[in-house]
Amino acid sequence: MTLLRPQPPGTPAPVPSIFSAPYWEGCARGELRFLRCANCHLALADAPRICWRCHSRVLNWEVSEGRGRLYSWTIVWRPQTPEFEVPYAVAIVDLAEGCSIISAVIGCTPEDLFEGMDLAVEFHPNSDSLNLPYFRPVSPA
Amino acid sequence: MTHPFRDAAIVGVFNTMQARALPGHDSVSIAIEGALGALGDAGLETTDVDAVIGDRSGELAYELRLGPCRRSLNGLGIPAVLEAASLITTGQSQVVLVVGGSAGVYTERASTAPWTRPTNEFVVSYGMFTAVEFALMAKRHMLQFGTTPEQLATVAATIRNNGHVNPEAVYFGRGPYEPQDILSSRPISEPFHLLDCSTTSEGGCGLVLAAADRTADLPQAPAWILGGGSDAYGPAYQHAPIWDFVGKSKSGDGIPAGYVGRRAARAAFSTAGLRPDDVDVCEFYDPFSFEIIRQFEAFGFCPDGEGGPFVMDGAIAPGGRFPVTTDGGTMSFAHPGNSTQMLQRVIRAVQQVRGTCASAQVPGAEVAICSNAGSGALFNDVLLVGSGRP
Repeated sequence: MTLLRPQPPGTPAPVPSIFSAPYWEGCARGELRFLRCANCHLALADAPRICWRCHSRVLNWEVSEGRGRLYSWTIVWRPQTPEFEVPYAVAIVDLAEGCSIISAVIGCTPEDLFEGMDLAVEFHPNSDSLNLPYFRPVSPA
Repeated sequence: MTHPFRDAAIVGVFNTMQARALPGHDSVSIAIEGALGALGDAGLETTDVDAVIGDRSGELAYELRLGPCRRSLNGLGIPAVLEAASLITTGQSQVVLVVGGSAGVYTERASTAPWTRPTNEFVVSYGMFTAVEFALMAKRHMLQFGTTPEQLATVAATIRNNGHVNPEAVYFGRGPYEPQDILSSRPISEPFHLLDCSTTSEGGCGLVLAAADRTADLPQAPAWILGGGSDAYGPAYQHAPIWDFVGKSKSGDGIPAGYVGRRAARAAFSTAGLRPDDVDVCEFYDPFSFEIIRQFEAFGFCPDGEGGPFVMDGAIAPGGRFPVTTDGGTMSFAHPGNSTQMLQRVIRAVQQVRGTCASAQVPGAEVAICSNAGSGALFNDVLLVGSGRP
């Protein structure tokens, strides 16, 4: 039984931009934030500069419920750089609000994962100043 | 209507020595060898060149005193070849050098190659690298269509066996492989095993394109560009590789990122006036085994979801209906960084229609398709190369 766990602090840290800083501030407070277009109300991942659908530049930060479903995943055994502990499960999570993000699933084994699995966000430190969102199955597998 | 690339020919191609490492070289020095080799193959001199394309084209112009000449920093593969052809057909250039080279770049062997690792803030902390990006795409195909690890392994074994018999391949003589050998290799990023993945190596290469009226007294039979196209959805390796990601372009017609390259292939076949059935050999880019299956679907060789069964039963092996990646590709022939790995797909297509391959020559090949990149990279380029002037 291999339990998937968060990476230890010290893996490469994200470098926030002027557009994404509120996202990482949210993570530090235990909030998974996303942008919502003020004009067409589309939920947007990855801190974009513009709403791709209606081209509004007025995008407002909201806090996600932190729930999503597993869209795709891969169990990684060869780490990107030596700091990473294997195995880890990189995943694409479809958030309930309608946008999708990259994260990693923890708290279960690789064999437990299935398409559409209900997931909930939780945060783990990536460094002294940054928390990283991970996802854990909602009900025990 | 006159064919848009009728007046531009590929008249020289060259691969330098390819190896796991090329001590004593850097990317510019090996690119110089690629440039001079390609000119030698074309029977032309540096003084004939009036344009040079590649991410090191500035250094090449200086070191070889090519100037004054046009310099383009286009560091892609097939789009660089299409740019060269366009420079010629619009009368801006007569002889264009397209060059790639990579050496001395990959030194930290405990990590994956530097060009495989993204730096975007939303992916960097999750241990993403190219195998992960492509695995997330492959997994969706497996979930949707039931594509199997055995089908992936059959692709990898076929391409690695092509490299096994190619004396110019870095991994020459390292086989032969059965699909079970692929499945038995250690896992990297599921569903990919070590032998489902491309290798890394160093080397350079070059191509020379010239105006058609310059080809008569040149030593090589010209190869012709029958059609080409290029598709991208965004920067590679910085955003989630979502199979169902869709852009808004009218010409993209709602094609999802999982089928990136479909618009490019449609454009290439339309320009050529050909269909997939007219293709003799498929020099597809092979970053990971699954991508061959995906490209057969994306480019219209088989219906969506049927790429897995399509690659079984010998269809993609030497002697099959659609031999694939016949030099061993990035899995076995060579995989230098920058544009080199991508230009090498075009070089192989040219060798096939010239009939000069050192191994796995498809007898009488007249039409070759080649490609660059793939789904995990969110871009995919397509080129059709032929022995007959369009």
